[in-house]
Amino acid sequence: MNLKEWIFTTDHKRVGVLYLIGSIAAFAVAGIMALLMRAELSTIGPTITANPTQYNVWLYTHGAVMILGFQIPALTGFFANYCIPLMIGAKDVAFPRVNALSVWLFYVGVILALLTFFIPDPPDVMWTGYPPYSTITTGNTAMYSFTVLILGFASIIGGVNFLTTVAYMRAPGITLNKLNIFVWCTLAAFVLQLIFVPVLGTAVSLISMDKYLGTNFFDPTKGGDVLTYQNLFWFYSHPAVYVIFLPFIGVVYEIIAAHAKNMVFNYKMVVYGGVGGIVLLAGEVWVHHLYVSGMADWLRIGQMVTTLMISIPVGLMMIGLIGTLYKGSIAFTTPMLYALGVVFLFLIGGLTGIPLAVPSLTIGVSDTYYVVGHFHYVMAVAGTFAIFGGVYHWFPKMTGKMYNEFWGKLGFWITFVGVNIVFWIMMDVGVKGMPRRYYDYAHFPQFEGAHQWMTVGAAILAVGFTIAILNWILGAINGKPAGDNPWGSPSLEWTTVSPPPHGNWPSPPSVSEDWHPYGFKKG
Amino acid sequence: MKGKRMHDTIKRAAAGLAALFLTVPAWAAGGAKAAAATPDPARDWDLLWNEVIFDITIIGILFAIVTAWFIWQARRRPGNEVGASVPLSPASAVGWVVIPIFVFLSIDLYTAANGWVLWNTFRDVPANRMEIKLEAGMYSWDYTYPNGVRTQNELVVPAGTPIVLRMTSRDTLHSHYIPDFRVKEDSMPGRITYLWFNPTKPGEHIVTCAEYCGVMHGYMAGRIIVKAPEEYAAWMKGEETRLAALTAPEPAPAAKPAKPAAKKT
Repeated sequence: MNLKEWIFTTDHKRVGVLYLIGSIAAFAVAGIMALLMRAELSTIGPTITANPTQYNVWLYTHGAVMILGFQIPALTGFFANYCIPLMIGAKDVAFPRVNALSVWLFYVGVILALLTFFIPDPPDVMWTGYPPYSTITTGNTAMYSFTVLILGFASIIGGVNFLTTVAYMRAPGITLNKLNIFVWCTLAAFVLQLIFVPVLGTAVSLISMDKYLGTNFFDPTKGGDVLTYQNLFWFYSHPAVYVIFLPFIGVVYEIIAAHAKNMVFNYKMVVYGGVGGIVLLAGEVWVHHLYVSGMADWLRIGQMVTTLMISIPVGLMMIGLIGTLYKGSIAFTTPMLYALGVVFLFLIGGLTGIPLAVPSLTIGVSDTYYVVGHFHYVMAVAGTFAIFGGVYHWFPKMTGKMYNEFWGKLGFWITFVGVNIVFWIMMDVGVKGMPRRYYDYAHFPQFEGAHQWMTVGAAILAVGFTIAILNWILGAINGKPAGDNPWGSPSLEWTTVSPPPHGNWPSPPSVSEDWHPYGFKKG
Repeated sequence: MKGKRMHDTIKRAAAGLAALFLTVPAWAAGGAKAAAATPDPARDWDLLWNEVIFDITIIGILFAIVTAWFIWQARRRPGNEVGASVPLSPASAVGWVVIPIFVFLSIDLYTAANGWVLWNTFRDVPANRMEIKLEAGMYSWDYTYPNGVRTQNELVVPAGTPIVLRMTSRDTLHSHYIPDFRVKEDSMPGRITYLWFNPTKPGEHIVTCAEYCGVMHGYMAGRIIVKAPEEYAAWMKGEETRLAALTAPEPAPAAKPAKPAAKKT
């Protein structure tokens, strides 16, 4: 294997694998940050560091890197790159060199984020970077701004690339109603990225201009306004939740359809009602992040209604998933376990989000561990489970080899147990009043036991994730040959050889009139 | 039993609808509104919270059982090697969109109506309130009473009087969170925000910062001490005497308030 070939590759599959390696590395680093935080919180007072800033840097790194360096790149970088051209029967993406540029920028962004550990004044502004703190801290806010800008730019050019690819490069016979759900979901995610990333870029640029260039966008003593930043930030960052949610639920659809060998239930409902509805509502709900920020009351009430209405498209997508399981032929393989895990984790996360849509209930639990537990269930852990399940699902396609089923399942169950210990307890102490982003909780001594259980849970889930990652590495080196289509799926990516050659197909694919990516046949 | 529950539901829905249409001017004004009896937002919060948690628990358990049953029924076994779903007829495909939309939407609007009623409780400050100014800063809560008495990190209030805090910040964002009263609101430079709570009986309550404000965010805590009205009056008299003693030599106390009367312990 030639390193230069990989670095200068324009092959969408290699670009995808580069995204995967980078994002899993980011996941490992951000996961270690989480473990350090859990270790620190295991006792009241200083435990492993006596310096609160050190803790805040871990917290910043954990949030920023998990979202910007792991979930978004893994979903819209790895899965989109690897699967979309294969699923639509294309030789490659529309602009392969632009694609290579996007993965380079991604690595620059990740390296910039990791330099946090080597500079004397690491950023400690949380992944939200709210002013006035971010403009007066001695931490390096510019580092935060540039990390966001570079990763955002990588994502935008990826978005342009994939919208063009799906619009123009589908194989003959693949109509819009024969696209995989994952393709629809990812397209929708890229539409959201193209609309909203510039807003985030603006917000973080203005922060650095305020801090380093003497402008006063957010300084009220000189005519600025503090709340403007929060609006700009969440005007992007709520849709960003759907940029994560849509591709991960798309991955779950692919896994469930393939391992239940069943057609997707009510395809048009899922695509137009579910995916379409989320795109329509995504930009009208950001104020639910600002329910206690001092926004106008009528905005909080108005966006309570839009936020609750998100339950409609999301509910339709859940009905689609359950309907696909119904009357299926479910094999409990490792990817299927992860996908079913997502269904149950997302159920908990989604339902616990209902009170958080209501400002008068949020006023009690906002900025507590309840919120942290909720969004870890609904987005962080559900998304990560989908990513892990997806990597297992397409592992035979990527490597031509099979992972170890026993270790895969063991890893899943360990992680599933750990996750529920950590985040269930987290929601419980949150309702009782434990605020988030605390280095120490000296005035809440009653929560020490719960914190210790969470630390134990975090250690357990770390073991589970480690088993999964080792399973991939060992499987890629010396797994058994898997064959071209181990799951018996008619979806196009399984019709070529494993691993697919440069150009994907020996001869250009075409599909028959009655072909459908979910048309599973007996035999 | 069922009739009772039904009746409650109808009453609640009616209240929600009424709130939807009738209270627009009230929250638009965002100001004080006289009420017959002083409402207790913390108690109302507990009621609605428990109801919502009860409902989502029921929904969640039902959903989980049905899903688990489907999964078990559809496990791969001899005779079930491939999924048996058939394409839906156009009518049932549309039905599977329209009916869930109505179900979800009615749950949403019901929740929204109840949430709105509670919101009005949290935002409409009773007329018999006491107004206290709060300036938050890294890392303390500085309270100023209507008569100029100041305290830091410790707010003494009389039981039975609704307290409204008019809040601002001198540096970064802070959020005055009183877990026992289920209420918080951010404070920031350049704007004045408010929250109110109803201390019904004597006791002590933790105040803690709920918006990341800097290195020592986790240590930014204080206390609200609720005293019986007569004890409060005695305490306030003492504070006033102290303040007078401190400000006596000053020619114009209003223009130049003294050093904080008190870091009380």
